[in-house]
Amino acid sequence: MTLTLATICIPPVGLYHYLALAAFVFVCGLLTILLKRNAIGILMGVELILNAANINLAAFNRYAHGGLPGRPALDGQIFALFVIVLAAAEAAIALAIFLNFYNNIASIDVERGKELRG
Amino acid sequence: MTNALLAISDEQLATNVLFYALAAGVALSALAVVLSRNIVRTALFLLFTLGGVAGVYFMLNAEFLAAVQLVVYAGGTLILIVFAVMLTSKSPFIRFDPKAIEVVVAAIAGAIMLVALLAGIISTHGPVGTPGAIVRQPLDWGTSQYPVADLGQALLGDYLLPFELASVLLLVVMIGAAFLAKGRRRRAAGEEKA
Repeated sequence: MTLTLATICIPPVGLYHYLALAAFVFVCGLLTILLKRNAIGILMGVELILNAANINLAAFNRYAHGGLPGRPALDGQIFALFVIVLAAAEAAIALAIFLNFYNNIASIDVERGKELRG
Repeated sequence: MTNALLAISDEQLATNVLFYALAAGVALSALAVVLSRNIVRTALFLLFTLGGVAGVYFMLNAEFLAAVQLVVYAGGTLILIVFAVMLTSKSPFIRFDPKAIEVVVAAIAGAIMLVALLAGIISTHGPVGTPGAIVRQPLDWGTSQYPVADLGQALLGDYLLPFELASVLLLVVMIGAAFLAKGRRRRAAGEEKA
């Protein structure tokens, strides 16, 4: 047990630190989606948001809902694993669509999407 | 109670330093993803963010999740994104600047969202033992401190159906992505021949 200035100033890291980090990453993802006009940039924003959700899932699993000693319940981590799998699938489909989009109108700017007809 | 909160051990201090370093890295690179106007640099900062999030998973005793994050996200998804960037930009340093009004609206929306989320987190942060208390101590997982085996048993036990559905989904996505990315060009080539 040490009592230096640093230990007094900094509270022990708890669940709410992880939640605050995830909230910040989520807002960064939101701003990326709102501000990028490159379709791939928007996809990156989606990935940031999914990562923020995953931090929350893993943090709640560690701090709030994780089973008993010697018998941990890892539902949060499993949800996060499924989110990663779905994010990979979503990225593959989205990038295939973007390649098609680019082949059609020779641009990756989402503003040009209104030219798509049928 | 107050003393127990203020006085922390060396191990806790190391955890604190590690967490704040990782969190600063993740937050700064996520911010750089927003602010960077160059899509290649955006992808690079996204790589840093994903790597930092893997470090956060390590701190949460989710080693398998961290490994999957590094292999699938940083190794797979990001490579896919970088390839798409290279295939779709005439110049890799292409830039689309948003309009000023869009920046203002997005900044206001982001600020409101951040304040609301942080207010929600802080409002649930009461004294330990009250119903609204947010937990300060990680759960005691006893001897299975690195519970990869528990993860595997849960995946092939309680979560067997979603697990198999995910594998079918990946197969469908693989075929669909190959069709979407190639179908158009092949049809165009066929039309040229005809």
